[in-house]
Amino acid sequence: MPLDAQHDNHTREFKVVGTRPVRPDGLDKVTGRARYGADMSLPGMIFGEIVRANHAHAKIVKIDTSAAEALSGVHAVVTRADFPAQSDGMVDILDHCMADGEVLYDGHAVAAVAASSKALARKAAALIKVEYEVLPHVTDVDEAAKPGAPLVKQGIESNIVATHEFGHGDVEKGFTEAEVIVERSYTTEATHQGYIEPHACVATLGGDGVADIWCCTQGHFMVRNTCAAIMGMNASQIRVTASEIGGGFGGKTTVYIEPTALALSKKAGRPVKIVMNREDVFRASGPTASSSIDIKIGAKKDGTLVAGQATLRYQGGAWGGSIVDFGAMAAFACYDMPNVKAVGIDVLANRPKLAAYRAPSAPMAAFAVESAVNEMCDELGMDPLDFRLKNCARAGTKSSYGPTYGEIGLEATLEAAKAHPHWSAPLPEGQGRGIACGFWFNFGGQTSSSLNINEDGTVGLSVGTPDIGGSRAAMCQMAAEALGIPYEKVRAIVADTASLGYNDVTDGSRTTFASGLAVINSANQAVERLCERAAQTWDIPAEAVEWKDGAAHPAGANAGNFEPLSLDELAANSGSTGGPISGHCEINADGAGVSFGTHICDAEVDKETGRTTITRYTVIQDAGKAIHPDYVEGQFQGGAVQGIGWALNEEYIYGEDGRLQNAGFLDYRIPVASDLPMIDTQILEIPNPGHPYGVRGVGETPIVPPLAAVAHAITGSCGQRMRAIPMSPPKVLAAIKAAS
Amino acid sequence: MSQLQISTTVNGDPVEFLCEPDESLMDVLRDRLGLTGTKEGCGSGDCGACSVTVDGRLVCSCLVLGAEAQGRQIGTIEGMAKGEKLHVLQQKFLEHAALQCGICTPGILVAAEALLKENPDPTETEVRYWLAGNLCRCTGYDKIIRAVMDAATEMRGA
Ligand code: FES
Ligand code: FES
Repeated sequence: MPLDAQHDNHTREFKVVGTRPVRPDGLDKVTGRARYGADMSLPGMIFGEIVRANHAHAKIVKIDTSAAEALSGVHAVVTRADFPAQSDGMVDILDHCMADGEVLYDGHAVAAVAASSKALARKAAALIKVEYEVLPHVTDVDEAAKPGAPLVKQGIESNIVATHEFGHGDVEKGFTEAEVIVERSYTTEATHQGYIEPHACVATLGGDGVADIWCCTQGHFMVRNTCAAIMGMNASQIRVTASEIGGGFGGKTTVYIEPTALALSKKAGRPVKIVMNREDVFRASGPTASSSIDIKIGAKKDGTLVAGQATLRYQGGAWGGSIVDFGAMAAFACYDMPNVKAVGIDVLANRPKLAAYRAPSAPMAAFAVESAVNEMCDELGMDPLDFRLKNCARAGTKSSYGPTYGEIGLEATLEAAKAHPHWSAPLPEGQGRGIACGFWFNFGGQTSSSLNINEDGTVGLSVGTPDIGGSRAAMCQMAAEALGIPYEKVRAIVADTASLGYNDVTDGSRTTFASGLAVINSANQAVERLCERAAQTWDIPAEAVEWKDGAAHPAGANAGNFEPLSLDELAANSGSTGGPISGHCEINADGAGVSFGTHICDAEVDKETGRTTITRYTVIQDAGKAIHPDYVEGQFQGGAVQGIGWALNEEYIYGEDGRLQNAGFLDYRIPVASDLPMIDTQILEIPNPGHPYGVRGVGETPIVPPLAAVAHAITGSCGQRMRAIPMSPPKVLAAIKAAS
Repeated sequence: MSQLQISTTVNGDPVEFLCEPDESLMDVLRDRLGLTGTKEGCGSGDCGACSVTVDGRLVCSCLVLGAEAQGRQIGTIEGMAKGEKLHVLQQKFLEHAALQCGICTPGILVAAEALLKENPDPTETEVRYWLAGNLCRCTGYDKIIRAVMDAATEMRGA
């Protein structure tokens, strides 16, 4: 079978794909047997603890480790001096894991110890004395961007490190043609991915220079390569096994503790386990950027959008790389506009280095643009759905970030929203209804997988992308579909870094698309080999054999008259027909297929307290093809609720002293079950021509629309336009009071 | 400080262990007894991932001392299935795809079982408030609530 690039997948009928089987790792996860990052123990293992600074910006004058080293039961103490000097590339990542002479955020690691028990390690950590010279700091994005702001680190001249520009046409001219112009500014605070499992790892590095790491990560190949570069080792010397992972959402796409665990293990000669506590997870891992965004859009009186301009300032911590460029690219991606310009400005601040969070950088940009669009609709007196249907991007639209769209599903999601009973349901007194759209690029990337046909006709499948939300089920379904065998016959594992070629991290909604593509290709290669074995048995050319319903058949009457040979039979005979049968695939997957969604939100604001209750919520999104619809719905629901949390409550609160004031789930409040209604979902399937089954990534887009959809509903309920996220009760109440 | 010797019952099995006076029950279960099905999400009583029962009462094991287990009956996720037979709640969580990453699942199952013992016929709102102490970041709770309601219906019928 050829590995075709453009797939005609509109008419394909599926047997396994699209069904809802129980996931292969399900039993282990409901019985407590599944092993996550912190669940691993090794013989002789000791425990690491990291010492963190309580300053937003300071020079490290001196670190005295003698008292800790003298404590009985302490096996190793490390500081930055214990890591090899870095040549570019990895230096930012190591700097974030272990400060190099200068503390750049509250919670920055300065030293680490390893001791024979957790309690001893904590005691030893407290004995490490660090002398600081405190320096001026800045944590707010707008403050940091001002001329004369305190510099985030020594040796730089400005906190603005990069500017990116996207667009086409002539916006100045566009605005002169506009009959109505809306110009507004918006801000969003930083949020945390909030995965329930803290970062955890066990690392061993012996005197022979060979290392093993067990950790919870979205990309164990990334962990291997990063650690090898930082420690001055070869990739082959480090084997990384990905544990089950308790959530990531982008936050586990880098390293925080693994290099430190290796350095401690090297010194101690023992396996070292490090588990971050929740406070440190908040202070020193993965928040998003905070942002400040100016939007200007212009339209004709009939609702035709003629120009749009955005200036986006994002801070993503003390190292730059706020990925504001994704925000600038995504800002106007839902609209067909002749004149569009988005400028992204990357600003440093004394905060932890940003990590990706679900559709990274897009939710803030969409909040600003979608809110401005909703204000424009009010100015024009136009229905916000009709306005979007009039201006939405379609196949053939030149996107705001460059490429021209192929087949996309935005218009379909808007039509579906219009037809949805939620949109036409009468709104109870006191409630408001909001709407917003969202976009994400989706990625493919480097992927390798391997599929073995066992002699009993079952199949072992190895993939290299950690399974973060049921992807093994989807992989088994796609393999079973391609082979024409039942789902139950395939078992998928996430193989370690020694067992497969390189795999990019599980991110950008790439896994079901790219790993799925690799799995299908692996299965197709195995099918080719199975057909060869059948041809050999029948003594006919391999081209004269075709694969149907899990068996080799002679292709047409000329090929001969043979009884089909099933996969079971071919597998059973494989030993005598040439040995084991397997299929492999190594690709750099392209053609991920962009994704769009439309959300409808009903909300009610309590005018006495400013608290917002979401009363009804609907997610409509194009999935290309839903391999396992339950998990597609789950992605829609989970992403939407993370967006609701961001909209209503979640935020990093820094004090005047530059310290994080709410580093815990009590004060950083993520949505709980009693905050929410059921989240209705509607999956649309507009097949992606870049995937044999039509798959598009689905995980990122659902977090993009909620911020603006909730804000729109709040306006409907209490009359106030909230232009700062989060719209927490005190802020909404203040807005209501100011207006009355 | 010298360690304490504790005799207790975990999932029906008699168990003895030594622990520090300030060591949490969660750490004892995970680190000393190898029962890693009980998860640590926060260590401060805010996430519910460490939910277990002590004499039938639902608690956060990170807020209970190991020493407090003396003479009590401790129930953890590992004791929920009876041999090969899953509890109805476990079965329903699989059928409804009520887990994504699964890190919150043991705590939520233990909490839901405690709910259904107390209230076999809860409303959706009652389920939502009972589980308000169990954070799930992946699912948006929708499928979890459906699975618990469905399990309640089936258990009442059985
Ligand atoms: S670990 Fe006990 S409540 Fe979070
Ligand atoms: S399934 Fe991941 S936290 Fe609930």
